[in-house]
Amino acid sequence: MAGLELLSDQGYRVDGRRAGELRKIQARMGVFAQADGSAYIEQGNTKALAVVYGPHEIRGSRARALPDRALVNCQYSSATFSTGERKRRPHGDRKSCEMGLQLRQTFEAAILTQLHPRSQIDIYVQADGGTYAACVNAATLAVLDAGIPMRDFVCACSAGFVDGTALADLSHVEEAAGGPQLALALLPASGQIALLEMDARLHEDHLERVLEAAAQAARDVHTLLDRVVRQHVREASILLGD
Amino acid sequence: MASVTLSEAEKVYIVHGVQEDLRVDGRGCEDYRCVEVETDVVSNTSGSARVKLGHTDILVGVKAEMGTPKLEKPNEGYLEFFVDCATPEFEGRGGDDLGTEIANTLYRIFNNKSSVDLKTLCISPREHCWVLYVDVLLLECGGNLFDAISIAVKAALFNTRIPRVRVLEDEEGSKDIELSDDPYDCIRLSVENVPCIVTLCKIGYRHVVDATLQEEACSLASLLVSVTSKGVVTCMRKVGKGSLDPESIFEMMETGKRVGKVLHASLQSVVHKEESLGPKRQKVGFLG
Repeated sequence: MAGLELLSDQGYRVDGRRAGELRKIQARMGVFAQADGSAYIEQGNTKALAVVYGPHEIRGSRARALPDRALVNCQYSSATFSTGERKRRPHGDRKSCEMGLQLRQTFEAAILTQLHPRSQIDIYVQADGGTYAACVNAATLAVLDAGIPMRDFVCACSAGFVDGTALADLSHVEEAAGGPQLALALLPASGQIALLEMDARLHEDHLERVLEAAAQAARDVHTLLDRVVRQHVREASILLGD
Repeated sequence: MASVTLSEAEKVYIVHGVQEDLRVDGRGCEDYRCVEVETDVVSNTSGSARVKLGHTDILVGVKAEMGTPKLEKPNEGYLEFFVDCATPEFEGRGGDDLGTEIANTLYRIFNNKSSVDLKTLCISPREHCWVLYVDVLLLECGGNLFDAISIAVKAALFNTRIPRVRVLEDEEGSKDIELSDDPYDCIRLSVENVPCIVTLCKIGYRHVVDATLQEEACSLASLLVSVTSKGVVTCMRKVGKGSLDPESIFEMMETGKRVGKVLHASLQSVVHKEESLGPKRQKVGFLG
């Protein structure tokens, strides 16, 4: 993209943010009444919906039941009208399967699966032209809404590297420009990383900085999600008359 | 459809209640649940709508793309429907059957000339036309899918804004398509004659409109009637394992026409009111 500066001389990005600033995040828990837990999150223009069912008895083959842990099942689907060009297959294609596997890996690290042996937890995420980060944040809220015990919040954020500066929370324009991109899922309280994925080439000297930017952004996301959960609990307890 | 397990006693309770015109949630046999409709919820589509009918949640997005007209109808554009069931009752491939069934029903309803004026979608005959891809996303299934989907499709088509294009022909005869400079200069579709589906489920000796999952589990046969705002029936289909009496079919059709007219009137007033609030309207979407 000739002439499009991802980072101007004054340090502003294409949408006017600073290098470490996040996009506007709005979230809501308990969107669907029939599901055990559900949540909706908007990060800038990216919208993600997550629905959680479980823990319930294993559906399908009993042979897959694990004797000491719960089975976490994740499915990712993207709406056909979400991207600029209409996508034909909403799920079952390679990208969706890969995303589902990544989500599963992330949440198996966070959910206390030992408490629910022989059961299944389903997480269904839909993203509107979305990225991994929005899905993970929505899924965290949905799992909390369902009351499934987790070790900690799972907060995710993406980061990139342009002109010697690490950028946090990439928008679609910045992702499409093709620089290195890092996706990070963090458990904030302990600082442990649940998933780390990077595309494109990046010199290892810069890795530390990009990782730190992503981790800081994830911690900021955690503050926001924490506020959303407390607000939701407060509303629920007011309704119950406590 | 998504199924829910009911005991015999619950089924008897529902059936007896319906005979007395009293349903489990207090409605009469011809009452709809509270419907929430909101248009223009998805930003990068030409038109979109979200409908919440009780526990049923549907999101419809319409994308207008350029294509070549079909051979037998060179002066018209066309609509393509795709239904995606994202709920876990239809985990993996299971939702495809239901999705195809709903998409085929939508194709049949829109098959006649009077539903949507397809000539407005033509850009240059035999060469270019607008193709409207209507994508239905089933978020939550709480009974009465067809009605909710048809309401959402009508609202989304009302909200669709197709950019105005001009065809320029130069000396060699090659055509160039020019998009109008003003992003707000667009053509709108007239949805006066777009029909809505009314599903009537036969429970016992009576029929109910807008059945919940539990009521659908008690009924053996249903009739899908597609009704326009003037009360004209465009399409009719019987679904379910059981059989229907011819007199019941006529009764159900009459009820469908009556209920359909009221439904259209309320939907028109709601979308027009929303439209009149203009671009300053606060979009609620899923955050409300």
